[in-house]
Amino acid sequence: MATFRIKRYNPEKQPESYYEEFKLDIKDGMTLLDCMNEIKWTLDGSFTYRMSCRSAICGSCAVKANGHSLLACQRQGAHLVKDDDTIVLEPLGNMKPIKDLAVDFKPFWDKIDKINPYLQPNEKAPKEERKQSPEQFRLIDDSSTCIMCGACYSDCNVLEVDDNFLGPAALAKAQRFVQDSRDGKTLERVRDLSKPGGIWDCTHCAECVERCPKPAQPFHRIKEIMTVALDQGVTNNNGARHALSFTKSVKSSGSLNENIIPVESVGIFNIKGLFDLLPVGLRMFFKGKNPPIFHKSIDDVEDVKRIYMELDE
Amino acid sequence: MIKHDVVIVGSGLAGMRAALEVCKDLDVAVLSKVYPTRSHSGAAQGGIAASLGNSEPDSWEEHFYDTVKGGDFLNDQDAVEEFVKAAPSVIYELEHLGCVFSRTPNGKIAQRSFGGHSKPRACFSADRTGHAILHALHEQLLKSAKSVKIYSEWYMHSLILDGDRCSGIVVSDIRTGAVEVMQARAVIFATGGYGRVFNITSNAFAGTADGVMSAYRAGIPIEDAEFVQYHPSGLYRQGILFSEAARGEGGYLLNGKGERFMEKYAPSRMELAPRDIVARAEQSEMDAGRGVDGKDIIHLDLRHLGKARIMERLPQIRQLGIDFIGVDCITDPLPIQPTAHYSMGGIPVDKFGQVISDAEGTPVKGFFAAGECACVSVHGANRLGTNSLLDAVVFGERAGKVALEYAKTVSHAPVNESHEKTKVLELFEDIFQQDGGECYNDIRNEMKTIMTENCGVFRDADRLKVCIETIQNLRQRYKKGKVTDKGKVFNTEIYEIIELGNMLGMAEVIATAALARNESRGGHHRTDFPKRDDQNFLKHSLVYPTDDGVEIKYKPVVITKHQPAERTY
Repeated sequence: MATFRIKRYNPEKQPESYYEEFKLDIKDGMTLLDCMNEIKWTLDGSFTYRMSCRSAICGSCAVKANGHSLLACQRQGAHLVKDDDTIVLEPLGNMKPIKDLAVDFKPFWDKIDKINPYLQPNEKAPKEERKQSPEQFRLIDDSSTCIMCGACYSDCNVLEVDDNFLGPAALAKAQRFVQDSRDGKTLERVRDLSKPGGIWDCTHCAECVERCPKPAQPFHRIKEIMTVALDQGVTNNNGARHALSFTKSVKSSGSLNENIIPVESVGIFNIKGLFDLLPVGLRMFFKGKNPPIFHKSIDDVEDVKRIYMELDE
Repeated sequence: MIKHDVVIVGSGLAGMRAALEVCKDLDVAVLSKVYPTRSHSGAAQGGIAASLGNSEPDSWEEHFYDTVKGGDFLNDQDAVEEFVKAAPSVIYELEHLGCVFSRTPNGKIAQRSFGGHSKPRACFSADRTGHAILHALHEQLLKSAKSVKIYSEWYMHSLILDGDRCSGIVVSDIRTGAVEVMQARAVIFATGGYGRVFNITSNAFAGTADGVMSAYRAGIPIEDAEFVQYHPSGLYRQGILFSEAARGEGGYLLNGKGERFMEKYAPSRMELAPRDIVARAEQSEMDAGRGVDGKDIIHLDLRHLGKARIMERLPQIRQLGIDFIGVDCITDPLPIQPTAHYSMGGIPVDKFGQVISDAEGTPVKGFFAAGECACVSVHGANRLGTNSLLDAVVFGERAGKVALEYAKTVSHAPVNESHEKTKVLELFEDIFQQDGGECYNDIRNEMKTIMTENCGVFRDADRLKVCIETIQNLRQRYKKGKVTDKGKVFNTEIYEIIELGNMLGMAEVIATAALARNESRGGHHRTDFPKRDDQNFLKHSLVYPTDDGVEIKYKPVVITKHQPAERTY
């Protein structure tokens, strides 16, 4: 017998959410969704969540189990039981609950809309198919497996503090067009995606890679867009400047020059930006946290340079 | 009252493709009880057929004959001809819209072999072709957002017919429970199939016959309901799909003795015979005690394909095996069994998607249907794999075009809003007020079990009679159920109950049509009439609702080029 500790919420009954426990015998082979259905169909018909295909392709049944988002139909119930014989079920994060485990996906879809999620070819379509090599197909193979389940959006650490961030799913969707050999708006796309809320606001925590139930794995796709943006020379923004300065610093000294990186990130001719850095800098100085004024290279800096040379080749 | 020029119910391939036509000139609403990208078209894995000839020379004529032979000659051949001729341009158009396809070394759309097709004709995107097309069409809908309004998580309750003209539908918002009338100059149904009436099925929970039964309740017959396709490779006990692409790529089927038993049933095509034949072969092996470990299990063996090919061509299938049953198909065979997969029958339509109400082809003005919910019939008694995505796109486009043309020539027909709304509100109220001792879950389980056992791969008169009686009994018990959730907000329980009502009705129609067809053809196999009987049954069935049950009429099959011949593989 496992205990399902489920976060319940029904605005028609009471404004606050609460936890309710259900006991269920998890039979061999039952997925988490099977368990949820069993609870709904035999214990409490009002238990609410979304589901449809039960084969991990429609993206309906993402929920939080034991604190992390996942697809309920894709996971074996028995695998999720914790040492104390419980499974905690909660609605996805970063979206408002409607009832029990069903959340309002509007912000998720709104952000998908923002990345112009459709092919924008430059040339008129030929009579037959547009050609695309298997290698070109592979560039968009992973991102096109996204099922829009919202698991990444739920557990994204940036979205928790910044509503403006496009979020992992929308950015993965963007990569699908940025790197589609048939698309003609690559430069425009990476310019848009380099603005605040875009690729450079990702903090590289890779939580989305952990949560993604498919090979879409948004963080890897975000890195790919970053590479395209830099290749296309879209560097006039803090994120790109930060990345370039970071790389430069490591290349030249083997470690980060923390005095220079913030300055190069905002741009050395960006007077307002530099002034914005002052208060932080001063506070660090008075607390004795400022890095040494003269940045020293590490001993094995030549090794680092060799790595760079090999990567450049 | 909500008013649109055209309303489309269902947002899978057929619905969205139709919407892209209508939105060129008129305002269109797309209604879905899920969100469009969650539609079940997305679960289609293996491919979409077209005689592109990208890997071997091919022609529409061969696609035509394969489809007719695969359908056991019940297909309407005039429609099949237009269907297969349209295929290449439809695929190119999807590619131009941005659909992601796997490619040949020279950059063309890759094509693989599939059951019943004599040439490698299945264009594919790894093993998620439906998903790729669904998302490509969804992207186009988002692009056309100005003229397409999407109603996600709205449920369609009934079709409003005034004489021979359709004037709208009655719907409710699942999130709020609000009931609304949607008035439209034309309505298109693209509501999918009804595999959920069976216990072992590949279908999503959403496949519950809502559209077909709404049309039926409005007096429109259901065509060829007895023809249900059992897919040979459903996951043991769960029924979820392992694509036929696994066999298209060269997978073997093995019985408990480790024999490639298809040798006995279809020596020339082996594992790539049409689905009805393979499913029956599997069931015969299992019934004879030759299942794996004596259970209802057949092995789908992919090991000889090697890791590289599996990872490139069938990655999703591999993951499904690992996640759902803990089997990695690179090292072990997958346990499978036949699973209810596709309904060849549905709302009768002509080859343009216009719904017709009788054998004479009398149109129901302003009402169109496409995709699995409709019966054109291009699939006849058994659909070939990869022809369903093609059906959805070809006839989705056509239904959209004719609905658009129709809607441009007429104004909105009057609707008695309060009358229509009241009927649905009463339906809700009846369920809320019922306080009987019956458990809906038991009723649903009993329906599914009897349908799989008595109306499955093999049928006979005795078992079908028991099946019909059982369903009728369940329909009585359904009226004495009890609901737990009496709220309005996102009440998924009440919608499941309404869906169960639809499924019980549909189950009775399927079993009744199956009992009346005293022959074996395609997906319908009667052990008491094991031969095809062209003399008496080379005709489509039409099941009509009557005051005291159902009435069956028939409609001739359109035969143009290919006279019925013996069907061997």
